[in-house]
Amino acid sequence: MSGDNAEDKVNHASNSKGISLPMTRVKLIMKSSPDVSSINQEALLITTKATELFVQYLALSSFNNGAGKDNKTLLYSDLANTVEGTETFQFLTDILPKKIFARDYLKLIEENPIEEADN
Amino acid sequence: MAERPEDLNLPNAVITRIIKEALPDGVNVSKEARRAISQAASVFVLYATSCANNFAMKAKRKTLNATDVMSAMEEMEFERFLQPLRESLEAYKKGQKGKKEASEQKRKDAKEKKNDVEENDKSREEEEEEEERMEEDQDADNEVEEEEVEN
Repeated sequence: MSGDNAEDKVNHASNSKGISLPMTRVKLIMKSSPDVSSINQEALLITTKATELFVQYLALSSFNNGAGKDNKTLLYSDLANTVEGTETFQFLTDILPKKIFARDYLKLIEENPIEEADN
Repeated sequence: MAERPEDLNLPNAVITRIIKEALPDGVNVSKEARRAISQAASVFVLYATSCANNFAMKAKRKTLNATDVMSAMEEMEFERFLQPLRESLEAYKKGQKGKKEASEQKRKDAKEKKNDVEENDKSREEEEEEEERMEEDQDADNEVEEEEVEN
């Protein structure tokens, strides 16, 4: 396994049984969505698989994009920067905001009264 | 329906493993980054479900199906996922078909054996037959499981 490159490892993990994430948990999350009555088994399978693909994609994009590349560490800031800079990840801006020191933020709102910008 | 917040999270160990397998060897992931990715994954599920549900509702269906989820991926601009998802779906369907055929065959075998037994002397012979059948079922089960693992 140590000789494999990253892509092989990803394929290995995905192909051995197909799915690592527990479908029961994914189903729980799905059912918490309003207006959803029932979910067929295939839909649950694909959503679970898609979530795995998403995790891989977010992690790798952030790592390649990030300052942590030289340190060989993936940092929160890499994720926040990637989310801000990638249209596909815009839906994550609320939960992966860029971080700013409180004092800088207070200074900012002092100088510029808060107005909501339309995206 | 009350859900505690932690129930809507995905298991950390699995998330961590998926992240590590996606990144090059030797790369570390900060705890904060891990937690953030896990939360992002939960949000992804919600967003995908909501999107897929819109497609189902448009088609006047109450049950979310695979096509709805595929359409949602396209809508969310995750076309890159479509091909691997199709492959997973195919593999799943094949596995299901194999299982169905195997259990139909089992039922057939069991029925035939039952007929044989009724023709012979009951009592102890019947017990022995049942034991054999159970063992064979076990083997059949194992066979089916092995096939799935290879897939």
